[in-house]
Parts: sequence; structure tokens; C-alpha cells
Amino acid sequence: MIVSRLTLRIARTQLLAKKKQTTIAALGVTFGIAMFIFMISVMTGVNALLEDTMLMNTPHIRLYNDVTAVRPSLLEETYGNDTIWPVVRHQRPKQTKRNIKGATMIVSDLRSDPAVIGVSAQVTSQVFYNYGPVQLNGVIAGVDILEEDKLFNLRTKMKYGRLEDLPANRDGLIMGIGLARKLNVNPGDRVTVSTPGGSLQSFKVVGIFKTAVGAVDDQKSYANAESVQKILEEDSRYFTEIQVKLRDVNAANAYGKAVFNQYGYKAEDWETANATILQSFVIRNVMTVIVAGTLLVVAGFGIYNIMNMTIYNKMRDIAILKATGFAGSDVRGIFMTQAIIIGLLGGSLGLIFGYIFSYLTSKAPFDGGDVLSIDTFPVNMDYRFYIMGILFGVVTTALAAYFPSRKASKIDPVNILRG
Amino acid sequence: MENVLEAINLNKSFTDPVEFQVLKNISFSVRKGEFLSLMGKSGSGKSTLLYLLSTMDTVYDGQVVINGQLLTGMTQDALSAFRNEHIGFVFQFHFLLPEFSCLENVMLPAMKLNKWSNREIEKKAMEKLELLGVADQAHKLASRLSGGQQQRVAIARALINDPALIMGDEPTGNLDSHNSQNVQEIFRELTTRYHQTIIAVTHDPEFAKGTDRIIELSDGEIVK
Repeated sequence: MIVSRLTLRIARTQLLAKKKQTTIAALGVTFGIAMFIFMISVMTGVNALLEDTMLMNTPHIRLYNDVTAVRPSLLEETYGNDTIWPVVRHQRPKQTKRNIKGATMIVSDLRSDPAVIGVSAQVTSQVFYNYGPVQLNGVIAGVDILEEDKLFNLRTKMKYGRLEDLPANRDGLIMGIGLARKLNVNPGDRVTVSTPGGSLQSFKVVGIFKTAVGAVDDQKSYANAESVQKILEEDSRYFTEIQVKLRDVNAANAYGKAVFNQYGYKAEDWETANATILQSFVIRNVMTVIVAGTLLVVAGFGIYNIMNMTIYNKMRDIAILKATGFAGSDVRGIFMTQAIIIGLLGGSLGLIFGYIFSYLTSKAPFDGGDVLSIDTFPVNMDYRFYIMGILFGVVTTALAAYFPSRKASKIDPVNILRG
Repeated sequence: MENVLEAINLNKSFTDPVEFQVLKNISFSVRKGEFLSLMGKSGSGKSTLLYLLSTMDTVYDGQVVINGQLLTGMTQDALSAFRNEHIGFVFQFHFLLPEFSCLENVMLPAMKLNKWSNREIEKKAMEKLELLGVADQAHKLASRLSGGQQQRVAIARALINDPALIMGDEPTGNLDSHNSQNVQEIFRELTTRYHQTIIAVTHDPEFAKGTDRIIELSDGEIVK
């Protein structure tokens, strides 16, 4: 293909002379690309939101004392498996404390690792919340709330009150919004918390949070670690789990194994904890790819049709050019130049329109209700979609022009001119 | 005088809609500077023959030699380049590019040939338009002209590269008698002064009478 100044000039003159046709062809490209960008932005935006919502309450690694782990019986411990064949029926779990021994040391250890962003030690317990006649089952987590914030970005989930109110009130409680509604408590009210061990303690609700995950919002409250340790009648080194946030999310599995080997406590990474959810993400991502692919194919056919028509309308001109001495490669050069110009022009417009649609949608109010903590529609404005869009637009138009123009460049001019 | 064109045993058949032999064993030669007309009833194969000779139709049996060069079997691009330099063709229907001005239409083949500078080409093109009496239309879009004017622009285009051979498929068919006369005079002068060769298909006995030789075709054979 030769693109000389002459072919460029012919291409330009033809494009400018048929402004209406050129515009329509370019708009065909524009429409396809804009739709692609808009759809893919919205779809991936929704996907990302759902993923975030589901995973944001899971720490990358959760370190805890797994009391249900199979333990050797006393006989085995004493004699070993080689000398005797012990048979112990109905062995019950030993009365053990669920805490992690040396938790503070492990926390400071992990914190010094550059691969770790945040570490939060917490003491959790099943409790009953009592307010007036209402008694509800739930969970209380004693934490350093500011550390917890580093892991789960709690600050953005506060509906009432501030995180700082918790350390400021020794008997403060930040309650999940669902739980607060069921108990009918408001900030400032006091609720009584009773533990399985039977101790009671009155807490003051200083804040209410909403994670948008029902299971959490309906059950969980945050309190200061000391208060929870106190109602459990434990000392200040008593922590039941350590949660870790890593710099690299995908390293969680390997890091968890390393942690397990080092400290001997069960370290569950987020991928293992959310295996079923992750599976559903895989399916959703496959769907996104299918939909995006379908969009591109549909847009591609639209572009192909328009370019094809544009060129078939020019068949006579092609024959005239060839009759007066232009080579097939000149003809191809002229049409390819036109196609690429149309592709670039229409594609760029498509990017602009796609962006405008996506932007407007991302500003459109959307009530996520209690399920999703969003105010506007989720849209993923990833620049890579725009690169894909323009590349696709130009490549499709070029291909759409290539085949008919190649055919035209091979045909004897007389076959067209004599009809 | 030397032969500028030789047709050797040309045969051509159409297979669609039914097998039909348009040209049967056509052989003849054309001398340099000759003004030749091809006559015959419609369907006699005269236009088909002209398109074969012009190299725009490559599906035939036999050989076409122009300027001593065998053109049969050459690639399309090589033929395009050959036409560009050596053959000027005037279609029955003018076939100008509607998006370009008349001047540009005339200039394009010369720009493709790339032998002269753009300024020279423009000057030459204006001369040709002048010759055919349409210089005043030079900067109008080709599609804005009347049929006769477009036909004359098309003739100017055929002349731009000073081809050895000029072929016309009823080149004066769209012209009134005055302009037809004028074109015939131009052709006559080209043959005598510049020794260019002209082959024209025509229905018009008046036009044919003014040429050096008439070849008459009937049912794909030369009868005279």
C-alpha cells in the first residue's frame, strides 16, 4: 500500500466533498465506541462495587486460635503412637482459652514487616444486647478502633458519631446500624451487654456504623479492647484474633502460610474465607467479558456495514482512477486513509460521548438502600477502556475498508464502468 | 510506418447469461499517427474490442502489443502504469470524479505519472481545457457541468500525458455537431502534428468519414 501525497490529497478531497456521508460513517463508529465504553464502565463499576462490598469486611489474613482442631489424647501424648494403640471414645474438646498467646508480641512483629499495612488485635465474644425488654444475640469486638480503621476504612462507614469518640469513652460502643434499629437505641443511650460467662456490663452507644453487609450490621458492635477484656474477666494481653492487611492482596495466601509456620496459629487468608464469593466473581467476570465481546462485535458489524457501503458507493470512482492509470495499491491507499481518518474521528468522538455518558451516570443519584452504601450509580472510569475503544474503532474501520478496497483494486475497471 | 498497436488473434467470450463469443479471431494493426474508426451495429463487439485494446479488460485469448511491448499477461498494476503513460481513454459517458474540479480531474493522471512539477501540470491542463473550449469551467466541480462540457473535460484528461494512443468509445456521442466537429479537428491535428494515434468507436458515419481508416465489425468479426 502506497500512501503518497497524491493519494492523501484524493482521500481528503473525497472526504470533504461528501461531508454528510463522511459524518454518517464517523457517527456509526462513534455510536459503537460510545456504547462500548459506557456499557463496560457501568458493568465493571457494578462488579467492583459488589466485590468491594463483599470483601471489605474480610481481613486479608485472620489469625486465630482454632479450638476445634484435633488434638492428641492424653494417652497418645504420654506414650506416643508406636508403643500402644490408644482408643479414646467420645473425647471432648479440652477446656481451653481461645486467646492467642503472645498476641502483643506477634502484633509488633507483624507491624515491623514492610509487606504489612495494618495489624489489628481484637478480642471478640458472643454476647447478648439488652435494652429494656429487648434481648438480642450478637458479637462484640474489643479493638483499638484506630488500628481497625486502617484495615477496614471504618471512618467512611460511620453513620453517627466519630471513631475518636470510642477511645474517649471507656465504656463506649459503636454499634451496627441494623442492631441499633432492632434494639431501638440512639446515640447516647446505654445498653447492657451480657456474656456467655454471665457477667454484665453497661455500655454507652457513642456511634453507629453501616457496612452494608447485613450479617455484620445486624450483629456487631465495636468496643474498646480493655472493656471487652474486662467483661470476659481476662487481662489486658487477652486477644482472640489478629487481623492483617497486606500491601499486596494477592500475596495473602502465601503470607498466611508463612505466618502459620512461624506462630502456629491458624491463619486464614481472605481467598480461602471467601471461596464461594470468589467463585461467583469469576462467573460475573466471564459474563462481563461476554457482554463486552458482544458489544464489540455488534459495534464492529455496524462499522463494517457503513464502511462497506461507503466504498461500494465509490466503486465507479475506483474504476475511473484505475482507467486513468492509478494502481490497485493507490486505490487501497486512498480508501485505507479515508477509513483510518473516519475511524480516528468517529472513535475520538465516541470516547468523548462515552465519557460524557459515563460521567453523567456516575453523578446520577442512586439509592443503595440498606444493602449498598452508595449515593450515586457506580461507574468504573478506567482509562484502559478508552484505549481499547479507540484501538478497536480504528482497527475495525481499517479492516472494514481493507476487504472491499482490496477487491476493488483487483477488478478490471471495465467490469465496473460497463456495468 | 511503424505499427503502434497490434492485435493478434483476439477471442473473447461472455459466459453469462449464456455462452456467447463476442470477438472471433480479430487480428489487425494500427500505424503510428493513424486516425482509425471502429464501426458496427450495437452488439457487434466494437466496444468490447476497444476495452481489450485499452488494457482495461484482461480476460481474453490472443495478444495485444502496443509500442512493441506485449501487454497480454501483465499484472494489473503494471497495466495501470502503462495506461497512465501511453493510453488516453475517453469513455462514452464522461466518467469524471464528481468531487474534484475540472482542472483537478485533468491533472490527476499527470500527477500520478509524476513526470512534471505541479505547476507545469496545471499549465498543461489549462492548455488542454483551452483547446477543448472549457477553460472557463476549470475551477468548477465536475458534477456542476453540462454533459457536453463534462465530455470535453474528459477528452482533455485523456490528452494530459501526451499519450501515444488515444482511444475513445463514442467520444463525440454526447456533443452537439459544432463541438463534435471541433473535437474531430483536434484529433486530426494530434495525428498529423504530434503523430499520436487515435482509435475511436463510433456510430456516426459523418465522424467516420473524416478518419483515415474504418474497421467495420459484425458479429465479432472484421468485415471490412
